[in-house]
Amino acid sequence: MADLTHLIAEAKADFASSASMNDLEIAKAKYLGKSGTLTDALKGLGKLSAEERPVAGAAINVVKQAVEAALTARRESLLNAEQAKQLAQESIDVTLPARAQSQGGLHPVTLTLRRVEELFHSIGFEVATGPEIETDFYNFTALNIPEDHPARAMHDTFYIDEANVLRTHTSPVQIRYMENALKTNKTPPLKIIAPGRVYRVDSDATHSPMFHQVEGLWVDEDVSFANLKGVVQDFLQKFFERDDLTVRFRPSFFPFTEPSAEMDMSWNGGWLEIGGCGMVHPEVFKHVNIDSEKYRGFAFGLGVERLTMLRYGVNDLRHFFNNDLRFLSQFR
Amino acid sequence: MQFSENWLRSLVNTDLDSPALSHALTMAGLEVEDMQPVATAFSKVVVAKIISAEKHPDADRLQVCKVDVGLPEPLQIVCGAPNARAGLVAPCAMVGAELPGFSIKQAKVRGIESFGMMCSSKELGLSAEATGLLELDSDALIGQDIRQYLDLDDHLLTLKLTPNRSDCLSLTGIARDVAAITGATARFEVILPAAVELSLRKAVVVTDPLACPRYCGRLISGINAQASTPAWMVKRLERSGLRSISAVVDITNYVLLALGQPMHAFDAAKLSGDLSVRFANTGESLSLLNDQAIQLKTDDLVIADAQGAIALAGIMGGKPTAVSDETTDVFLESAFFVPSVIAGKARRLGLSTDSSYRFERGVDFGNTRNAIEYATTLIQQICGGKAGDVTEVIGTLPARQPVRLRLARLASVLGIAFEQPKVAQLLTQLGFSFSVDEDVFTVTPPSYRFDIAIEEDLIEEIARLHGYDHIPATPPVVTLNMLEVPEQQLHLNQLRDGLVFAGYQEVVTYSFVDESWERDLLGNRAPIKLKNPIASNLSVMRSSLWGGLLDTLSYNLNRKQERASLFEIGAVYHQEAGVYHESTRISGLAYGSAKPEQWAESNKEVDFFDVKAHVEVLLGATHMGRQLVYEKAEHSALHPGQSARILLDGKDIGWLGKLHPKWQQQYDFAKSTFLFEMDADALLSRHLPAYQEVSKLLPVRRDLAIVLDENTAVETVLSAVKKANIPLIKEVALFDLYQGKGVAESKKSLALSVLMHDTQKTLTDVEADTAIANLLQLLQINFDATLRN
Repeated sequence: MADLTHLIAEAKADFASSASMNDLEIAKAKYLGKSGTLTDALKGLGKLSAEERPVAGAAINVVKQAVEAALTARRESLLNAEQAKQLAQESIDVTLPARAQSQGGLHPVTLTLRRVEELFHSIGFEVATGPEIETDFYNFTALNIPEDHPARAMHDTFYIDEANVLRTHTSPVQIRYMENALKTNKTPPLKIIAPGRVYRVDSDATHSPMFHQVEGLWVDEDVSFANLKGVVQDFLQKFFERDDLTVRFRPSFFPFTEPSAEMDMSWNGGWLEIGGCGMVHPEVFKHVNIDSEKYRGFAFGLGVERLTMLRYGVNDLRHFFNNDLRFLSQFR
Repeated sequence: MQFSENWLRSLVNTDLDSPALSHALTMAGLEVEDMQPVATAFSKVVVAKIISAEKHPDADRLQVCKVDVGLPEPLQIVCGAPNARAGLVAPCAMVGAELPGFSIKQAKVRGIESFGMMCSSKELGLSAEATGLLELDSDALIGQDIRQYLDLDDHLLTLKLTPNRSDCLSLTGIARDVAAITGATARFEVILPAAVELSLRKAVVVTDPLACPRYCGRLISGINAQASTPAWMVKRLERSGLRSISAVVDITNYVLLALGQPMHAFDAAKLSGDLSVRFANTGESLSLLNDQAIQLKTDDLVIADAQGAIALAGIMGGKPTAVSDETTDVFLESAFFVPSVIAGKARRLGLSTDSSYRFERGVDFGNTRNAIEYATTLIQQICGGKAGDVTEVIGTLPARQPVRLRLARLASVLGIAFEQPKVAQLLTQLGFSFSVDEDVFTVTPPSYRFDIAIEEDLIEEIARLHGYDHIPATPPVVTLNMLEVPEQQLHLNQLRDGLVFAGYQEVVTYSFVDESWERDLLGNRAPIKLKNPIASNLSVMRSSLWGGLLDTLSYNLNRKQERASLFEIGAVYHQEAGVYHESTRISGLAYGSAKPEQWAESNKEVDFFDVKAHVEVLLGATHMGRQLVYEKAEHSALHPGQSARILLDGKDIGWLGKLHPKWQQQYDFAKSTFLFEMDADALLSRHLPAYQEVSKLLPVRRDLAIVLDENTAVETVLSAVKKANIPLIKEVALFDLYQGKGVAESKKSLALSVLMHDTQKTLTDVEADTAIANLLQLLQINFDATLRN
């Protein structure tokens, strides 16, 4: 029986020169096909003697295994090359810009209102709302501002008719909420904030005829002026994310609170006016049938545009209502 | 209220310097809105007298003056002022003087030595303009520092007083409060009754003693109305922002500022008979000092003589009885009118006077008589004349009821405890009279305080004097309960987030809009009008947010933006039979390409169905399990062929469509604009998810194409299928729409995917075929639809 080991090297060479799977199959047939060299050799075993057969068979098998292993190796390598080629073809420029989508965004006043609502919500305040076309009664009278009271002149009110105005502050929501609470048998503690649009007949670089306020109200058996100061200071520190921020109260006058205060906030070495506040006036409690001997309350009103301007460094109030997209898109 | 700091300091001695005084006032509730020095800093300027003035040999407009500055030798000074003349007393800046912006050196002016400069008020920084040297009184002390002579080391303080503090509308009142705040002592001029040297008097009848609880009047005859007002008074008036007019008027103004008591002087010669204080009669009229002729109303309180009304009480005197240069006899009035009678009357006439401002807020009725005595004395000193006796009518003065102050209440309201002696000390500083029983104070407010009626008023006073700064900021200690979190209730913020994710930018526009938008764009015949709009184009309340969105688009297109997706959430307003309604709307606008210009996709203009998708983002969870219908309908703002009314469970909740081309043209928009608007409340409820068995069996899908009339709305087909509830058919969806070759004229082809499902067993082909046949039959009967071959 001729020595077949030379076939291993020949097959390896043939396989290596097969550039495609197809060529490789043809090369395979030459050795392992129906009339391949090794197949023929195996067929030839029958002609050998019983003694020779196992020895020769073993020798052929060694060669056959070696050829098969070479084939498998080449197959894998061709497959890898093909995959690599396909992957290379599929490669893209990952630095191309993303498929462009329209970018939306919220108005900065909304951003502030969300923060305000979230912060007060975290200590149990609910959001209350009320109408913007408000009756003279809720906007003034129920807040202890009777007709012809000089405090009315401070409000520069937009009038719809004799009995209706555009609300000049969010304070009427206090009254409506307390009235409604009583009707639904809800008793203090009452904790609400009332954000919304308010209106004053005033328009210049620092005044807009429409702007936003947030009113806050907390009625409970044991809340004090010191607590009011505490809550407002806590809020401002959290809102501006500044622990060093302090609040200063200055005596002031609002007919619906007493004692009343203007709130100033420490800012860049000075003081900035941030809103008004005070303890709910007993007359207001009387209007909504809350016993002012048993309960006390505090209320505060914050200017939303003011907070927004300070938070984001906006220097002109008029930006908020011009709605220039170059301005608004900065708050995304 | 503006006044001179030095005037205040003459009434109360405080160690506080100007900034500290200003701060103390502000922190006690008398906000100092402004503090300005009377004069900017300068030095070495003295009162000087020109002894002689000779023409400069080499300059036509210059004079060489010899000037007495109080030194042994006069100075030679070259001066160009037109009014420089021998005998003139004027300020002189000496060599070495520092004036605002420059300093004075010895100099040669056109060859002649000059040892200083004669000054105008402008050069001293006292006025913006001057025509010549500042002329001083001829008896001024030569050599005195001009700052001292003119009292220039002073500040003008402006208080922004709250309406409750009418007691501080005078120097006396402010001094009193400074004393209360600082613990200093106020020193007030002692007012003595003027000498009575005239037997004449006028009777005064007060018909409504509640409206005018106190009236004092007196005649002063033989005065010189042309006497000049002394410089000290002119200065105080001017530093309070009042111009000197004439001696008598100046004196009444001065008393108003000093004591807070409005005064009025009538020309007695022009009065006929005795006086009365009464409400005006119907049809009565009055010509006011400011030349305004008014028709009086019967709730106007007037001072009247035998002929009729001569003054609008507490507001303004009448023209015919006004004091003039020729006046020799005056009738002086000092009265107390109650705030409720005066309040609002001046405003009704478009007026606000120093007098009405004070009476509306409350004038000290304990000082009426003092004021007339003080004014009389001043008139006698300045104008001469003999005074008659005071006619005084006292009616029902406001009661000053004792007010209780409990230490426990004080502590619970303020959140800090006060010791009894501390409270007693503060009340004493305020000048309030009180008694103490255990821990309860009983306080009787003084006549000048109109804001102390209840316990809280006193608590505020204690807090104010103690200092709000000294009340700590303490977090409340409370019982905690969780808040309700209704799961079926959505928040507006969720709608906002949906639109932001869909690429929309939120805007905030005015709630008042141009009336033409309402009328023409929105077809609103009866918009709610403002009585006093800020501008004619902001005169009515909006009934839709579209006007603001279109305006915003226009604004941004003018600034070179090419595309925009905008939304707003806000109130809109309607009226119905005089009742106002408002509701919250969410409204959007899309313009330009559907996506930003980019390499990855070709440009496509935004269309109806893009915006419809955004509408459905908003409808999201809301419409689950509810019937949502887009109904073809017309709207004045929208293209009649591309607009839909949105109905949820049959209820009209909004609109969707393309801006009508005529509006597009009017707004000058190059491209189509799409709009939607929905009632926000309708979008804020959702169903609570309820679990249903998930089938283990797989659904079967069949696709079919049907042909039907092109005018048949797809939604009617789909909803009819849904409503028919054909057994096994779970879902029918449109996946293609075709018109053109292969489909007959005026027909369209719809490609539908049909999902079939049996939760119990696997579907057989026969069962699926039957279901499809049922579906086709339904479509054939209802829509004359045929299967496309």
